[in-house]
Amino acid sequence: MEFLNNVFVAPFQDMAAAPDFFMQVVWEGLVSGVLYALIALGFVLIYKSSRIFNFAQGIMVVFAALTLVGLHEMGVPALLAVPLTLGVMFLLAVAIERVVLRPLVNQPDIILFMATIGITLFLIGFGEMIFGGENKVMITEQLGIPTGSFEFEPFGGFLLIEQKDLTAVVGAGVLVLVLLLFLNRSKMGRAIRALGDDHQAALSVGISLSTIWVLVWFIAGIIALATGIVWGARAGVSFALEVIAYKALPVLMLGGLESVTGAIVGGLAIGVLEKLFEIYWGQPLLGGNTETWFAFVFALIVLLFRPQGLFGEKIIERV
Amino acid sequence: MFYRISGQFKTDYRSDHALFRVRQDAVLMGIILLFAWVIFPFTANEFVFQALLIPVLIYSLAALGLNILTGYAGQLSLGTGAFMGVGAYACYKLVTIFPEMNLLVAIGLSGFFAAAVGVAFGLPSLRIKGFYLAIATLAAQFFLVWLFEKWAWLYNYNASGAIQVPTIDMFGIRVAGPTASSFVQYYFVLFVVTIMTIFAINITRGHIGRTWKAVRDMDIAAELVGINLLRSKLIAFAVSSYIVGVSGALFVFLWRGAAEPNLFDIPLSFRVLFIAIIGGLGSILGNYLGAILIVALPVILNILPEMVGLEINAAVVEHLNIMIIGALIIAVLIIEPHGLARFWAIIREKLIMWPFPH
Repeated sequence: MEFLNNVFVAPFQDMAAAPDFFMQVVWEGLVSGVLYALIALGFVLIYKSSRIFNFAQGIMVVFAALTLVGLHEMGVPALLAVPLTLGVMFLLAVAIERVVLRPLVNQPDIILFMATIGITLFLIGFGEMIFGGENKVMITEQLGIPTGSFEFEPFGGFLLIEQKDLTAVVGAGVLVLVLLLFLNRSKMGRAIRALGDDHQAALSVGISLSTIWVLVWFIAGIIALATGIVWGARAGVSFALEVIAYKALPVLMLGGLESVTGAIVGGLAIGVLEKLFEIYWGQPLLGGNTETWFAFVFALIVLLFRPQGLFGEKIIERV
Repeated sequence: MFYRISGQFKTDYRSDHALFRVRQDAVLMGIILLFAWVIFPFTANEFVFQALLIPVLIYSLAALGLNILTGYAGQLSLGTGAFMGVGAYACYKLVTIFPEMNLLVAIGLSGFFAAAVGVAFGLPSLRIKGFYLAIATLAAQFFLVWLFEKWAWLYNYNASGAIQVPTIDMFGIRVAGPTASSFVQYYFVLFVVTIMTIFAINITRGHIGRTWKAVRDMDIAAELVGINLLRSKLIAFAVSSYIVGVSGALFVFLWRGAAEPNLFDIPLSFRVLFIAIIGGLGSILGNYLGAILIVALPVILNILPEMVGLEINAAVVEHLNIMIIGALIIAVLIIEPHGLARFWAIIREKLIMWPFPH
């Protein structure tokens, strides 16, 4: 009886007793959810256009952030370092398309997936060799991101919202909006979606596969840089960040592999729920640190009811 | 010239399905076994045992387990490391609760715990397919490693949170623990690996193996011709997890000597997956070739700069290692997506023709 009380009643009593703390937890969850969503977005873009399950997206985040910080350490002014990093990400996209993807066109999914794991390892080794493995501080102030914080007092309590988190949320929102406009309104965006629908049909009407792939990987690189800046401002830049890459996987599964909306909703949902679970159930009942697995187990349970994810395309199987 | 198949006639279906359809295959197998059972152990030194021979065997056993699930039954798994952990922790508990139990029995039994956990996490595979299934195995991966850390009963409440292999004797010979000799441990591992391989070869070419291949190639079609998907997939999960669990127990008891929970984290899963993929999915031989490559490569890369007189510091070597393995995976996938096992098939074709070009 006491156990049931601990699981089903006490956590909610705690939430109601301290609404300001509850709101703080939700806000923290939302911010990390935005980051999960951004990484998942990079995944979705590449999956939509090429059916490649890009495991390297998480490491691209670290690589972009490291390049930015590394360039700044070498004496490049911060605002010049950003376009330079974008240049590096573009070169990376071209290299990946040329060296890895082009020879592997038409291979089974698992082979391409493995190839992206190969890219991941290569980038880890390459990045550590050039920039070193130690934790670096993100150049938040030099990029003009405000670092102060707002304080609110809802219900007579206390709520702290850091300005860089707010900037992250707003920035991510703008990025998603621009991306959606690009995908739905521009000619290039339509080409990407066409390629996702049917490779051969798209090729036959004159869409260049290699150009689009470079473009898509470059966009994923831009998203990676944005994610890297935001996450780096919160936690520093090092290869420990790659754990968030794994977090993006349940987000993707939850939202559905093809859906931009799904990536965003899934990211926010998992970000908030895992924080709430950790604070109200994980720490008092399970000894804490449940954030490592909660997202996966939650996504698994949802998938049992909807095997294609919340917003994924319905899977139709034919013999 | 040496590898002629002409003149070896098959007169009934039985010989058509024999294990060695060509006499030379049997001879080759005999040579490999001779090397593994006699020549290597009597020529190797301590370093070769610990850095090459034992890990190659253990990793190839783990890859064999994964290959049954992913290569034969077509169910992608990213949680191999955690299932190895289940085997290791189960074996640790068995050995500490029943100290007089034979280690061979304990390791054999610990596989069943891994199989049970594997079946539990394999249940979603009936509804979730392809990459979506990877999430079920990743859930297993992260949840189990967390459990190894938080469930103090598993490591007998010791302060370090790690499991330490006790000293174990078998028939008067020391097989596990810090004072056991590598020579004995090698034979122990080799014995288990040989038994498991014979088991795997026979199960994959029999009735169960054929249903797995049908499920892998297209599960709906397999269901339509009357294969019970539930049974077939769950057997695949059970057999695969059993082998992986046994390899996990060997990994800790006969090689590492001690283990912390994070040893079984996702890098281990990926390592085993690389071995299976580079070796070749859907092949038994490939696991050994892949393991030899993945285990030996870092060792060679560490020795090589010294041999040619180059001075590279250890950190750079380690980073180079990761880069080279990454590049190697991509290269193997591009050159031969079916892995090293396919290379052997190609060489065999050439040998049959040799010395004529066509």
